[in-house]
Amino acid sequence: MKIEIRPEPYDPWDELAAHQSASDALAPGRYGACASFVGTMRDFNEGEEVRSMHLEHYPEMTQAQLEQLAEECIRRHGLLDVLVLHRVGEILPNDPIVLVAAWSAHRKEALGACREMMEMLKSRATFWKKEQLGRGERWVERNTPG
Amino acid sequence: MQIRVRFFASLREEVGAADRLLELAAPVTVSDVWRQATRMTPPANLLCACNHAYTDWDAPVNDGDEVAFFPPVTGG
Repeated sequence: MKIEIRPEPYDPWDELAAHQSASDALAPGRYGACASFVGTMRDFNEGEEVRSMHLEHYPEMTQAQLEQLAEECIRRHGLLDVLVLHRVGEILPNDPIVLVAAWSAHRKEALGACREMMEMLKSRATFWKKEQLGRGERWVERNTPG
Repeated sequence: MQIRVRFFASLREEVGAADRLLELAAPVTVSDVWRQATRMTPPANLLCACNHAYTDWDAPVNDGDEVAFFPPVTGG
């Protein structure tokens, strides 16, 4: 299991491949399914152009929440491994924000756990977005329903 | 007893502080901490945590606890 909050940009596909190669829980032949979700920054929101975004978090609480969430999903879905990366700081359009990946023997568990982790992260994890617009800046007040 | 209070995101800007240290006499609840720390009417969508876990408005707070207040989360 690897859970990291990243202040710098990252390539989710490189990270996914590197984790899958390096993880002791993912020896070749052990897993039959990997489901992943990558959320990237849009350049529009609520009808306005968004130039950049600042992502704030509550470091001590956010890291603990994500670890607890991943551990619960591993136990409940019988996963072999989980990878969660989430950006903070200054983010530009097309930058990856979040990567969630789940590995299991069969697709049902990996797909279900990947969606569940994303929905829990969106509704519970202590991150907040502030958008920079042409006319100023605004806090994002709520996430769209999944 | 001493309580550390932290504010995040839009609430930090409204309060005008990221954190405050309070000296309060027991017994104390999360709502007492809010009143002493801000003197503001709590927003309808206010969320709170104690020692890095979500908690309730009426939950008891102990010496050395860290209480945080923040708006709905928008990560992912």
